[in-house]
Amino acid sequence: MEIRRRNDHIEISELDPFLAELLLQIPESANPDGVPAAEQRLFSSPTNGKQTDLCAEWKTYVEPELRRLFETATQTVVADLEQLNGKEKSFANRMLRIPAGHSDAWLSALNQARLVIATKNNFTESELNDHFRSPIGSRRDLSLFQVNFYGFLQEFILRELESSE
Amino acid sequence: MSCGPWQDTGWLAQIEDIEDTIHNSNEKAGTITTAEPTIEKETRSEEDLDVPWQVVVHNDPVNLMSYVTMVFQRVFGYPREKAERHMLEVHHKGRSILWSGMRERAELYVQQLHGYLLLATLEKAC
Repeated sequence: MEIRRRNDHIEISELDPFLAELLLQIPESANPDGVPAAEQRLFSSPTNGKQTDLCAEWKTYVEPELRRLFETATQTVVADLEQLNGKEKSFANRMLRIPAGHSDAWLSALNQARLVIATKNNFTESELNDHFRSPIGSRRDLSLFQVNFYGFLQEFILRELESSE
Repeated sequence: MSCGPWQDTGWLAQIEDIEDTIHNSNEKAGTITTAEPTIEKETRSEEDLDVPWQVVVHNDPVNLMSYVTMVFQRVFGYPREKAERHMLEVHHKGRSILWSGMRERAELYVQQLHGYLLLATLEKAC
């Protein structure tokens, strides 16, 4: 896999089917439905639950706005990922172009996905910091790899954003 | 050095005269009255008292350090060095106070931070 900045977009080329599949899983992975802990992490309390009146207001007025914000970001990523649903043979390497203007949406969707996966799997800090863990031998290992792969993409996008400012 | 009203003792003498007059007239009438202190009811809310609120960001093992730094720069307009200092404080001490001031603005900051998926809370300053 190669990742580079080209004019007004980030280009991920030589994307093998396994990594392409991981990217296609971003929207589903970012969805906290059915996992209360993940839902709680994405929509955390503004006061650690101490100010009940403020928490109630937050749920009514702020949470729906945040939900819309996260959904909009995920929808942008879903639209970009359409490029990977081409008619090429399933084992062929793919290419993905992320418009520079979609960087924030990608950062958000990748972050949502990483947080939901980490919460679902209850990863410890040391597991998350172990970037050289291999090989992938279980579903848990795969999830950890997914978190790290998404983190790598985030780092690249952040670097590109910083250099363009 | 300029003189404020407290240096002018004329007003003090006038007050003492008035107090003497009241005291003497009460003694003549056989009663001594003292002015009842007026206790004002507390009607001001916490916001009126300007109790500062703090925007606190808590450690989270998932969010990337570079991401957190970028968010601090964007939300608070901090220069990179200051944003990094706060990010490291969050990382090493578990939390950092990013801003303190009026509640309304603090709420807005926390909302923005939640939009970036950071663990942020609003706390009343001690």
